[in-house]
Amino acid sequence: MKRLAVLALSALMLSAPLALAVQPDEMLKDPQMEQRARDISKHLRCVVCQNESIDESNADLARDLRLLVRDRLTKGDNNDQVMQYIVDRYGDYVLLRPPFKMTTLALWAGPPLFALLALGLGWRLYRRPAGARPDDAPTATPLSAEERKRLEKLLRTEESGS
Amino acid sequence: MTLSIAELGQFSLALALCVALVQSIVPLWGAQRGDGAMMAMARPGAVALFLLVAIAFGCLTYSFVVSDFSVSVVAQNSHSDKPMLYKVAGVWGNHEGSLLLWITALTFFGLAVALTGRNLPPQLRARALSVQAMITFGFLLFILLTSNPFIRLNPPPMDGKGLNPLLQDPGLAFHPPMLYLGYVGFSMAFSFAVAALIEGRVDAAWARWVRPWTLTAWVFLTLGIALGSWWAYYELGWGGWWYWDPVENASFMPWLAGTALLHSAIVVEKRDSLKSWTILLSILTFAMSLLGTFLVRSGVLTSVHAFATDPTRGMFVLLLLAVSVGGALILYAFRAPSLQGGGLFTPISREGGLLLNNLLMTTAMATVLLGTLYPLIADALVLGKVSVGAPFFNAVFVPLMVPLIVVMGIGPMLAWKRGDLRGALSRLWVALAATAVTMAGSWLYVGGTVDDLLAAFGFGLAAWLLVATLVEWAERIRLFRAPAGESLRRAANLPRAAWGMTLAHAGMALVVAGVTASSAYKGELVQSQKIGETVRIAGYDVTLTAATTVPGPNYEAQRGVFEVRKDGALIAVLTPEKRLYRSPPMPTTEAAIHTNGLSDLYTVIGDPDPALPGAYVTRLYHEPLVPLLWYGALLMAAGGLVSLTDRRHRVGAPVRKRAGAAAAAAAKA
Amino acid sequence: MRKLIFIAPTVMFVVLVGLFAAQLLSGRDPKTIPSVLINRPVPDFALEELPGRGMPLRSSDLKGEVSLVNIFGSWCVACAIEHPFLMQLKQQKAIPIHGIDWREKNPMDGLRWLQKNGDPYTRVGLDPDSKVAIDFGVTGAPETFVVDKNGVIRYKHIGPVTAEVWEQTLKPLVEELRK
Repeated sequence: MKRLAVLALSALMLSAPLALAVQPDEMLKDPQMEQRARDISKHLRCVVCQNESIDESNADLARDLRLLVRDRLTKGDNNDQVMQYIVDRYGDYVLLRPPFKMTTLALWAGPPLFALLALGLGWRLYRRPAGARPDDAPTATPLSAEERKRLEKLLRTEESGS
Repeated sequence: MTLSIAELGQFSLALALCVALVQSIVPLWGAQRGDGAMMAMARPGAVALFLLVAIAFGCLTYSFVVSDFSVSVVAQNSHSDKPMLYKVAGVWGNHEGSLLLWITALTFFGLAVALTGRNLPPQLRARALSVQAMITFGFLLFILLTSNPFIRLNPPPMDGKGLNPLLQDPGLAFHPPMLYLGYVGFSMAFSFAVAALIEGRVDAAWARWVRPWTLTAWVFLTLGIALGSWWAYYELGWGGWWYWDPVENASFMPWLAGTALLHSAIVVEKRDSLKSWTILLSILTFAMSLLGTFLVRSGVLTSVHAFATDPTRGMFVLLLLAVSVGGALILYAFRAPSLQGGGLFTPISREGGLLLNNLLMTTAMATVLLGTLYPLIADALVLGKVSVGAPFFNAVFVPLMVPLIVVMGIGPMLAWKRGDLRGALSRLWVALAATAVTMAGSWLYVGGTVDDLLAAFGFGLAAWLLVATLVEWAERIRLFRAPAGESLRRAANLPRAAWGMTLAHAGMALVVAGVTASSAYKGELVQSQKIGETVRIAGYDVTLTAATTVPGPNYEAQRGVFEVRKDGALIAVLTPEKRLYRSPPMPTTEAAIHTNGLSDLYTVIGDPDPALPGAYVTRLYHEPLVPLLWYGALLMAAGGLVSLTDRRHRVGAPVRKRAGAAAAAAAKA
Repeated sequence: MRKLIFIAPTVMFVVLVGLFAAQLLSGRDPKTIPSVLINRPVPDFALEELPGRGMPLRSSDLKGEVSLVNIFGSWCVACAIEHPFLMQLKQQKAIPIHGIDWREKNPMDGLRWLQKNGDPYTRVGLDPDSKVAIDFGVTGAPETFVVDKNGVIRYKHIGPVTAEVWEQTLKPLVEELRK
């Protein structure tokens, strides 16, 4: 119950007037610079929102962060420096694409590992007893002759259509 | 004292709980003992269960329709001035009601098996229906103990709080029912898998009985996801359609697993192979559906669009997940080793292709699962707070899809057991040529810079899949090789399942093209636009001619009027709105979209610009090929539906009777 | 070995369920973000005073004494909830509280709000465009930082400071830091 109350309160805390993400008055004159700002914004999480980048968010703080990103860019920071500036204040949490480090090792290593596991599993499933030809290999739980005949008849009736 | 409608609903649910309990035990026990009478209980039991839950659902719907604010969920989520469509949609626009919809779908699938599965071996049917009833029992307990939709308020409030205006939209009104029918439909595959594990027997006939249910669920889920995505596209106001949000991922994971299941079941059916793998997938697919429910309702993850979350409910769903899936997996660990075997095949074969598809799909699913859960894992292991967002998923998901699409083109061209790769590729020369031409052509068309290479590759992949799919179809009907009449006759006689595959794979090709175009070539203009001012985007001249205030039934809208011209000729007048709803007070944006069938011009009106009197913040997007996404999804679903009408799967088809009789005889033997 | 592969799904599933259960039972809120600024000196800043109030807030003001830095705003609903307790702390002279008046549309708004509800703050700085709030890694209002004698941030509390929060968390820490 207390937890619920806290949740309700945090909802109140976060209420913000709606304006739709990037506003014209925030935008930089130089289209290339603006594009860089947009790209950076898409990779930064809005810290007051549930799960949005600051590029998509309507929150005031997201707007201030967008302005900050543009401010740093016009002051000559490169993209990484701008990101680092925000990370120094909010931590890795703001990066929507987590950096590769010890704490995210499992995250980044996971997909290739899964692919390897899948390949291993596939190899296992393809493997067959030495010398056996695919056509005449025995099954582990062989059907009785009668069952097999019935099954084949069944499948034949189907195949006849194709 | 008379029984009120809400009390009737509550009573009906309580009764359903009892029926579900009996249904979970008696038919299963009967099947174990070979007692026909006990097994025969399964069918009327399933019918009764459905009727009772349907009555409860009807009662809740009635309470919403007549705005009975003495019912708590109605007071919380409805309002008397809401249009009727959204009063009804409000039933599932909240946790309690949507859960009741879930259970209704669950019992509906049980009913469908009871009514149509007349040719199923009685043991299998009894066991499957019992397992289905166990799941139903769990969810009924969940709803009655933690999320009762019939809780009353005394005294009732004067009016309700209203439904979240974002949800007051036709697209979203139908999105949840579709999604749930998909999620829940996979419960049938799960129940059949568990029944087969208890029986210790999986064969071609089993695969054939499971396939229609999997297909049905898959079609609903495909439509549900597409509808949700389409809704996000036109309602959220920035032209995005997929955000890799945990809640979206929660619906995508069962889709990936279900797609794998559909394909591996083909191998079981045709070649009696990959049995234990298919059983595992059946369990996994439903596990993903339950996991999705858990993630959305427990609040363990943060998402843009979650239900009001509550840890107690989370714990209950987790318990349900643990008992049902855990139980099934333990059963699997014991029984699966004996399911080994079946037809063998070389890697280069139809089975090989299907298996590769399965492995890639499951890898993709595992990847999405890892990415979705990683913030939670990191938090639980005290590794710190981590965010995993769209940039991560795009980086890891795309490389997995590339080989998948390559294989999708070749696989259907390979023979069963042992295929001829070189032969298949040489038969696919048209597709290879089309790929090369598309890659080069699209690359040059968009400018031919290094940045465009990736997109050209994407278009090439789409062309490869589309043309390869068409080549396979053309070969089947001997198009251009035989007289037109014969081709036509062959097309008419082509099994529906083959048609289904052609449609679904072609749909996938369209989706690939749509995804590529929208991520690489979306055009965007954001500006402060004065009345009468014209801006130019992607060859369109867009003039803001007026901005007026118009009243709606339960909102007030600020409406912009855009005139769209191409080469001076007026081609469309678009009227996007910014609405302020009254209850609850909340603004929404309603984009206005002009489509020429291949690309969209997307317009949004924002606030008046405080710095520039008479000007409004407007947003214009050019979305090339985005309509292909929706066509593609529809084609996929259509493919599923067509495949569902295949003679093999048709309800009560003679073959089914024979298969049923065969299995019954086998059981007797 | 052959059988192990069939047990693998169960094992993975058990681990996963365990993780979920641990996370649910821990009662952790996935939305709270720990500050990376703990044990780091407060950022360099010099904020303007509220119009006519005097006593503006600069980073150098945070040295010499253990203090609280409270992020608030007249627009912030939850700030109104903690406000009476901050007033109580002031009356008890428990600890100097400095305010950062965050994101006011009009510089007068914060001042009027304090005039109406009481002013618990020693120094108050005006931060209309989040410059300093972002330097503090602020994610919402109210947030309260505990700053030690050397001007080093020691703790961040997210959400309203209630009597419970003060007695159980902040006060022991403050006493510790005063030693």
